[in-house]
Amino acid sequence: MRTTTSPLERTETETLPQVMASIRELRKSFGDREVLKGINLDLYPKENLVILGRSGTGKSVLIKCMVGLMKPDSGTINVLGKDVFALNARELNELRLQIGFSFQGSALYDSMTVRENLEFPLKRNFGITNKSELNDMVMDALEDVGLAHTVNQMPAELSGGMRKRVGIARTLILKPKIMLYDEPTSGLDPITAMEINDLILSMREKYKMSSIIITHDISSAKHTSDRIVALVGGENRLEGTFDELKHTKDPELEPFFNY
Amino acid sequence: MKFRNFLLRLADIFRFVIRVIKGFFIPPYEWKETMRQCYIVGNRSLFLIGFTAFIAGVVFTRQSRPSLASFGAESWLPSLVSQAVVRSLGPLITGLICAGKLGSNIGAELGSMQVSEQIDAMEVSGTRPFSYLVVSRITATTLMLPILVIFADVIALFGSYLTVNIFNKTSFQLYFYEVSVNVTYLDVFSSLIKSAFFGFAIGLVGSYAGYHSEKGTTGVGKAANSAVVISMILIFVIDLISLQFLNLFRS
Repeated sequence: MRTTTSPLERTETETLPQVMASIRELRKSFGDREVLKGINLDLYPKENLVILGRSGTGKSVLIKCMVGLMKPDSGTINVLGKDVFALNARELNELRLQIGFSFQGSALYDSMTVRENLEFPLKRNFGITNKSELNDMVMDALEDVGLAHTVNQMPAELSGGMRKRVGIARTLILKPKIMLYDEPTSGLDPITAMEINDLILSMREKYKMSSIIITHDISSAKHTSDRIVALVGGENRLEGTFDELKHTKDPELEPFFNY
Repeated sequence: MKFRNFLLRLADIFRFVIRVIKGFFIPPYEWKETMRQCYIVGNRSLFLIGFTAFIAGVVFTRQSRPSLASFGAESWLPSLVSQAVVRSLGPLITGLICAGKLGSNIGAELGSMQVSEQIDAMEVSGTRPFSYLVVSRITATTLMLPILVIFADVIALFGSYLTVNIFNKTSFQLYFYEVSVNVTYLDVFSSLIKSAFFGFAIGLVGSYAGYHSEKGTTGVGKAANSAVVISMILIFVIDLISLQFLNLFRS
């Protein structure tokens, strides 16, 4: 394993807040359609929180609001003790560096190689130009996701599962404290999906981060969650561990668990 | 409702322009990316602009010659062609070619990045995509259009010189002497300033259309299409405004 020293190194003794993220009464509408109807939730340190729900229930909207990509109609979002919507552009950028976001479609920059994709946030945010330092960090992140051999390939040459993993590596290279996964296993075969689930768990162990995992894949929820919040009709209907929820009689949620 | 949406869109465009202008003056500057975009702008359009400018020079000269010949004023041909090329034809050809070539390219490129969430990915990783993707492209088109116009003017005049030579053997020096005495500094500078505005409009419209592209492949298509159509219309509007403005100067 390579050792690197960079502005991104986190110390073992670094103290984390009691609540990593806190959402209160979050509401968001698109036209006449209210997607989020007063969501409340907390994310605790080193926790994997799964947000489960059918398509169109506002799961992705919720995490996009958390990083300031969308603005809610009302409600508050505190991430790492900061009110996301009270921050100016510079402060929001600083906060975003501590939040990783893995997109549903990977969102790799398709005009850049895998190496350039991973180097991009390092060069832009920290001005790191030392080639050997950059190389060490890129290779470290790619080894974490088991794709060191793809370093010089273009995103178009990768399979769906590989793209997801490179997308996660590009996020992890910034050593975030909170990781947001948007449908990490959607569109993948069951074996690749299980590899991604294992990756989510191993990265939590390695980087000691808290994660929110948006999914409608119940096996992914079972595998990765410490706690599940089930969204129905834009509200958090149920909350608990997988074992607590699996015998639910809620007509909207029962089909999820009787897969 | 439609009028309200129109006003909201106008306000959005205004905010976009203000962000771009701020990006021009407030660091950090994207020197490397801007230089890369300048190279792309020049490289993509140079051949096409040279080719069309040459044809325009030839055609304009051939079509003007009979009228002048009927007054026995063929010797005025370099004067007529040079003023037409420098004042209007060169900037207009360059602007329209660039609107088609670069406007669609910027619109489609940024549009597909928007649709595939690449711009969002840049945003959430704190990498300031607006200055990297938008300001650098608009700066490049604004800086490169005047350079391309100079190139187009020279090629068009060269095409004109070759055409004049078919009928009357004329020396290269004499032809370009006639050109130089008839083209004023005001003609040259106003043409270059006008083309910088053309470049700004092309970059701005392409970037705005791409950056605000709707989801899906049709969204990208619409972004590319509106980038071309709107920037072409704007080029004619800017040409008209600059003409009125210059007439004030000349009078």
